[in-house]
Amino acid sequence: MVPTSLVAYPRSQPGTVDRIDWDRLAPPEARRLRELGFDEGADVEVLHRSSLGAGPIACRVGRMTVALRRAVAGAIHVALPAAAE
Amino acid sequence: MTDTPAPLVALVGNPNAGKSALFNALTGARQKVGNYPGVTVERHVGRLALDDGRPCELVDLPGAYSLEPSSPDEAVTRDVVTGTHAFERAPDAIVVVVDAANLDNHLRFALQLIALGRPVAVALNMVDLAERDGLQLDAGVLAAELGVPVIPTVAVRKRGLEELRAAVTAMVDRPASAATGTAPAADMRTLQRRARLIARRAIVSETPTRRWTQAIDRVALHPVAGPVLLLGILFLMFQAVFTWAAQPADMIDAGFGGLNGWIEASAGESFVRSLFTDGLISGVGAVVVFLPQILILFLFILVLEASGYMVRAAFLMDRLMAGVGLSGRAFIPLLSSFACAVPGIMATRTIDDEKDRLTTILIAPLMTCSARWPVYTLIIGAMIPNTPVAGFVRLQGLVMFGLLIVGVAGAYGAAWVLRRTVTKGNSSGFMMEMPKYQWPQARDVLIGLWTRAVIFLKRAGTIIAGTTVVLWLLLSFPKPPEGSGISPVDYSVGGRIGHAIEVVVRPIGFNRDIALALLPAMAAREVAVSAIGTVYAIDDSESEAGQQGLTERLRARWTLPTALAFLMWFVWAPQCISTIAVTRRETNGWKWPAFMVAYLFAAAYVFAGITYWLAVFAGL
Repeated sequence: MVPTSLVAYPRSQPGTVDRIDWDRLAPPEARRLRELGFDEGADVEVLHRSSLGAGPIACRVGRMTVALRRAVAGAIHVALPAAAE
Repeated sequence: MTDTPAPLVALVGNPNAGKSALFNALTGARQKVGNYPGVTVERHVGRLALDDGRPCELVDLPGAYSLEPSSPDEAVTRDVVTGTHAFERAPDAIVVVVDAANLDNHLRFALQLIALGRPVAVALNMVDLAERDGLQLDAGVLAAELGVPVIPTVAVRKRGLEELRAAVTAMVDRPASAATGTAPAADMRTLQRRARLIARRAIVSETPTRRWTQAIDRVALHPVAGPVLLLGILFLMFQAVFTWAAQPADMIDAGFGGLNGWIEASAGESFVRSLFTDGLISGVGAVVVFLPQILILFLFILVLEASGYMVRAAFLMDRLMAGVGLSGRAFIPLLSSFACAVPGIMATRTIDDEKDRLTTILIAPLMTCSARWPVYTLIIGAMIPNTPVAGFVRLQGLVMFGLLIVGVAGAYGAAWVLRRTVTKGNSSGFMMEMPKYQWPQARDVLIGLWTRAVIFLKRAGTIIAGTTVVLWLLLSFPKPPEGSGISPVDYSVGGRIGHAIEVVVRPIGFNRDIALALLPAMAAREVAVSAIGTVYAIDDSESEAGQQGLTERLRARWTLPTALAFLMWFVWAPQCISTIAVTRRETNGWKWPAFMVAYLFAAAYVFAGITYWLAVFAGL
């Protein structure tokens, strides 16, 4: 499966972060994203997308639930977890 | 060796690691809350008795994700643990608090802290919740991997506290080997991967179980059910504030009334007696009556925060806030501002983006803070008939609700304008950890409520009592010549100041009484009530009308357009020195508080004027 951005990734389907377009993010944003555990190889799952199409997204990363806006989520590309994991 | 200070131990950890609960459990009531000089970061210190009875100082540092600060709070944490803080001495030992259920993330910060070279112990906190989620951990493996003692704790059940105390004792006895005080060179990514590896090794077994948090979130974050639930909670909150508080408020009112009666009965008619009854007791009493309402509001806010729901509310509100260039994070300080803008403005510290934070600070005073309720209640009660409108809705309640909405809508509009002019900038992000739901601990909530009550009563006892007395003096002297027929208030110093202000506010329908009340109400909005009361008490002291209550006097002297304009004024006017002072502190200068005062006064003047003239033309 081709990696999809977190914005479009199906809900409740565990995935692995394939790559993050770090240079698309402002430095403080990128740092906060790392601090919250986003990293290539991290397990993620989209839990909720807020109503009206443009609100933030809640997702699980590792053992944490994190809310982020779509602009940031768009920089995170997710693939199905590797079978070896 | 008696003159060496007690050893200092720092409690450090990620946000949501349960650090404050552990701090409360370890120190109990033996804690002090202050501020670090120069910055508005709260400093929590408490005493902890070591195993051998020696005292030890425990400082609860602000939660941080790493040693690279992105807020003033995180900067304090970094400076203290690296021993470079200007005020706090370097800690003798560090207790790192990690959430057992979130090791991958929290261990990264722990690794950074261990690398500093100071004695470190890790409190593996909330192990019960981790077990509830089907996660079995081996503290021994973790200790071996990290090379420091690891103590499983459950702060809220006081589990593991003795063991932690023993570990702290051992640490302060062992002098720091080679505390370099410099941050480690390893970059975040390397640390993160090591943390994940260690976490994986420490996990004994992991059985997927039904997770409460996700089950609740399915409703709380649902696109339709979520907002409905949020509205329901907010409705319940405001409903509770007005209904539950009625009885204790009446009791407080009766208490102050009784005190006044007792003084009047036992002391002869004199200057001092009048100062106490008309000035001090009436003034302070008029404000203390609102203590129950404020405590109920804070009770809701503290419980919503401690349970983890508040962040969900921020998530739901983000879309709406983004519309005016704010983020969902602004919702939390703005909700607190309904109790009081001062803690609300302080709560904006969690907003990373500077422009975003500034805008939130500038609109926070528009939330209907509890100091406005006395003013609204009095004026609405006196001037608006309580006729039924529809069903159980009555006109008085509707006007009250309308004022609340005008404040919120005004704030929304103001944010829109500000974000396009003075606080222009890129729209800030919204990135937030959503903690697990937890049952709020009575102890933590009570400590929070107690702190708020003390602050409020101190304010009533100092600022409000002070201004009331000063106003009473200004309005009492000099006395008009006997038989001159001039009202004592008009002749007094205060009265003359009032007449000068009246010239400015006459075009928006304000009378002399309001002009007189505006100045002392700068100290605190609710003083407007006691100020008007004082004006009439002195004005009518010799006449028959002196026996009437404040409500009757208002009805006799005010017109409806004037009352409505006065209410509209209070929606906008920045009538509170404390808010201005805290804005100055939080923005490090006079520029922004000056701007805030100017824009809010201008808006108050314009909207009160519009209200007055519309009401006059409508024939009200």
